[in-house]
Amino acid sequence: MPMETPAGPARHQLEMRLGALLRLGVALAAAVVLSGGVLYLARHGMDHPAYHTFHSDPSSLRTLPGIMEGALHLREREVIQFGLVLLIATPIARVAFSIFAFCHERDWMYAAISAIVLALLLYGLTSAA
Amino acid sequence: MNPDSVLALSLYVGSGSLLAGLIGAMTGLGGGVVIVPMLTLGFGIDIRYAIGASLVSVIATSSGAAAAYVREGFTNIRVGMFLEIATSLGAILGAHLTAVVNPAAIGVVFGFVLLHSAYTSLSAHGAARETGDTTGRLAGWLRMDGTYPGPDGPRSYHVSSIPSGFALMGVAGVLSGLLGIGSGAVKVLAMDRAMKLPFKVSTTTSNFMIGVTAAAGAGVFLGRGYIEPGLAMPVMLGVLAGSLIGARLLTKMPARKLRLLFAGVIAVLAVEMIYNSVTGRI
Repeated sequence: MPMETPAGPARHQLEMRLGALLRLGVALAAAVVLSGGVLYLARHGMDHPAYHTFHSDPSSLRTLPGIMEGALHLREREVIQFGLVLLIATPIARVAFSIFAFCHERDWMYAAISAIVLALLLYGLTSAA
Repeated sequence: MNPDSVLALSLYVGSGSLLAGLIGAMTGLGGGVVIVPMLTLGFGIDIRYAIGASLVSVIATSSGAAAAYVREGFTNIRVGMFLEIATSLGAILGAHLTAVVNPAAIGVVFGFVLLHSAYTSLSAHGAARETGDTTGRLAGWLRMDGTYPGPDGPRSYHVSSIPSGFALMGVAGVLSGLLGIGSGAVKVLAMDRAMKLPFKVSTTTSNFMIGVTAAAGAGVFLGRGYIEPGLAMPVMLGVLAGSLIGARLLTKMPARKLRLLFAGVIAVLAVEMIYNSVTGRI
């Protein structure tokens, strides 16, 4: 009986492309975080750090619309946070592309499984909506 | 250590994270497990900010590594994707648990997970072990059996015990969301021991899954305000840079000795985490 491989040649090539996408996402996120970090240290480097006790951040750092708005105004903490959102979005995008890949192969079962994973990831983000 | 300016703290935390990422990549243990003890025990940072910063750095390092392994053809993408249902569910649950569980309890659980990491990094693994010779009915239906590149052509393997593997993956997810770590050790345990996958397939598929698991928990952390940008910035950049350098140095250093040293460090951190949590200092 021929073995069915988890990754056929076409599938394999697609996976490698997705791998490149992952690395691109991480590189982009790191660049944004670094830019925000330089701004942050330039403007607040001499401030006293306040990470010793937990105080809930302002909503501009906890919600996607708040982060987007602050980043557009080049507020340094929001720029860093936007980079971190890009980072979180990278594996989520990967799962989303997997749905298309499985559909393309007419592998409906694994397209559905990927869709469940994507739904869970998006649900996790709803607390930051 | 208690630096009194944001700049000094960022430099110290960034350097420490670089070292953690470097050693994590060189030993294959991941740097995530030492970030939280470093931030809480070393810098007195609130454990919620510590796990937030740690979890985003886990996404950064796992994504690059996963791509390299997929290329080699060891990763079983079907197994990984299916089990990500369990790890994502677990991670969301674990991340929400951080709001109701006492931070000291998180510290104690963290300590025990560290002890387990130290133990597994010392025990011999990867030895030739027969993989399951039969396919479970569920695994057959899910078409999970695969092949991996061997010295003389592709070698096929079967997948067994999906329910227990799935349950263990749920636990791995909860720990990931609760502690801000990748929990690669538990993921490997689920695939290698429970589902009887070849060791190399287990480790690479685990790496493939870590980023997705971490993203599930990180979404919840973001909404809860655990991701403090001023702190996450040096941690994420430091760990990422360290792991990139570490991957290049990998072949030049005796990994065995490094693992021993790292296991020792982790064991000491474990005891300190538990002690400090019980005595109310975390």
